[in-house]
Amino acid sequence: MTVEDKLFLDRFNVDEDSHLRLIDPDTCIEKCREQPCLYICPANVYKLEKDRISVNYEGCLECGSCRIGCPHFNIDWRFPRGGYGVRHKFG
Amino acid sequence: MEEKFDVAIVGAGPAGISAACVLADRGAKVIVVERGEYPGSKNMFGGVLYGQSLGRVIPDYAQKSCPIERNIVESRISYLSEEGSIGFAYRDQAFFGKLHNNAFTVGRAKFDRWFAEQARAKGALVVCSTVVTDLLRDGAGRVIGVKTDRADGELHAKVVLLADGINSPLAVKSGFRPEARPESVALAVKELIELPEEVIDERFGVSAGNGVTIEILGSVTLGMNGVAFVYTNRRSISLGIGANLCDFAKQRVRPYEMIERLKLHPAISPLIKGGKPREYLAHWLPEGGWESVPKLFHDGLLIAGDSAMLFNALHREGSNLAMTSGRLAAETILHALEKGDFTSRTLKGYAARMEESFVLKDLKKYRRFPSFLKTHGELFTTLPRGALEALREILTVDDTPKETRRKSAWRAIRGRLTPLGLLRLLFDAWRSIR
Ligand SMILES: Cc1cc2nc3c(=O)[nH]c(=O)nc-3n(C[C@H](O)[C@H](O)[C@H](O)COP(=O)(O)OP(=O)(O)OC[C@H]3O[C@@H](n4cnc5c(N)ncnc54)[C@H](O)[C@@H]3O)c2cc1C
Ligand code: SF4
Ligand code: SF4
Repeated sequence: MTVEDKLFLDRFNVDEDSHLRLIDPDTCIEKCREQPCLYICPANVYKLEKDRISVNYEGCLECGSCRIGCPHFNIDWRFPRGGYGVRHKFG
Repeated sequence: MEEKFDVAIVGAGPAGISAACVLADRGAKVIVVERGEYPGSKNMFGGVLYGQSLGRVIPDYAQKSCPIERNIVESRISYLSEEGSIGFAYRDQAFFGKLHNNAFTVGRAKFDRWFAEQARAKGALVVCSTVVTDLLRDGAGRVIGVKTDRADGELHAKVVLLADGINSPLAVKSGFRPEARPESVALAVKELIELPEEVIDERFGVSAGNGVTIEILGSVTLGMNGVAFVYTNRRSISLGIGANLCDFAKQRVRPYEMIERLKLHPAISPLIKGGKPREYLAHWLPEGGWESVPKLFHDGLLIAGDSAMLFNALHREGSNLAMTSGRLAAETILHALEKGDFTSRTLKGYAARMEESFVLKDLKKYRRFPSFLKTHGELFTTLPRGALEALREILTVDDTPKETRRKSAWRAIRGRLTPLGLLRLLFDAWRSIR
């Protein structure tokens, strides 16, 4: 079962605006050797594209790991607006 | 919202709602602010609540249709290597009788919602879909309310209770707790796997309404400091696995791949066979123990539950520490309301109450446990392998004399761990829980 299949099971109330933002996208490519966000995120929100890191905030499970796991503190991290984001059915 | 409250509580989890119930019961004017669309919509945990802690807040919870999944009658521990498992199981008739509901499973989306309803019935105001974005302070730095992401978003209160859980940008922003470090949290993922009730009853050998918990340690966390679990719900199984966040980054393991591997383990796959995955969730657990607990009181502010890093990893207790701390915070606030003093002078009574309770006593007692796990990587790598091989040697029946088998069993352990290493492991283990 892929992570996409797993996220498909969840319910999200997606806001138009992202609650996650790369502060300086160049840092990701030029200065970040380990790029831990690609591994630690349980929802595979961060993906390595040709020349940048993309942020698929829609599937974020709001755990906070990328915020403290980014060695360059390069992620501007907020909770989604009240009522938006993931919505657990069972928990 | 111009009106002023006695108490504003951030977060409708077990800590916040316990406090709200106790306060509202005694007539205090309380508001709880929750960011989720309904209480529990952002929350997940392994699944075990403790009846006694809940009973201290809602004595007749069972009669009030608390959404209990299963009463836990058996606790198992499984130590897994790649190829097998070594287990321990404890079942007791007492859990059917006088210790019924000592521990039971719940789903947080249902439980937190139910719990918040109890607080509402007592007169507390619970406002959802609202994020608290900052704390309000007066000129002297005293906390006097909260700021929310609503348009008319300021709320004034005599005391604010931070019960916003472990992932708290708010505590960090307001300077009441340092940001969590990757080594002081575990990241866990969980899948809810649906199965018919009778299949669960049969598979786990329980009668309707009763259930089993399995704590899993060993090679399933791929050498990382972590644990996994299988808990029974009425019509589903909670399967989860977590490890220190630092280790995930170091070992480049993806959490969703790790849970997939767990599902394929020969000791786990028969338990979930035929089940349908229904939900996939992720959450942090506090791993820092006693050392990471911040100062619990300030002028106009108290901190409870996961927000204060209260978690006993050895006994998998968090919800009860949250409920107890919420209750003790509420008692302190009631005292402050009586006296009309909301400064540290009166609110420090919370720290005293906490120190007298099992919450801080237990965390202090087990303060070495987090570092024990961190410094003994062999627990998750070579030791399960060695232990399984040793048992395999002992239990293989053929023409080999037992003496030879016993020697090879000992070699299976020793080849991986020197006698001194084994001794140190046992000594450190004993010291960490002494
Ligand atoms: C995988 C896992 C397994 C666990 N297993 C167990 C177990 O079996 N038994 C056990 O006792 N404990 C267990 N725990 C621990 C337990 O879940 C926690 O200790 C407990 O939930 C803490 O309660 P709390 O009220 O302090 O925080 P939470 O339950 O996290 O509640 C915090 C609430 O605050 C809200 N919130 C956060 N920030 C804001 C904001 N800025 N504005 C508005 N609202 C906000 C959140 O949405 C949430 O509803 C487990 C935890 C995990 C992650
Ligand atoms: S870890 Fe931080 S700096 Fe590195 S790639 Fe990810 S977001 Fe960019
Ligand atoms: S908060 Fe958690 S789920 Fe969301 S992007 Fe960050 S790591 Fe991924």
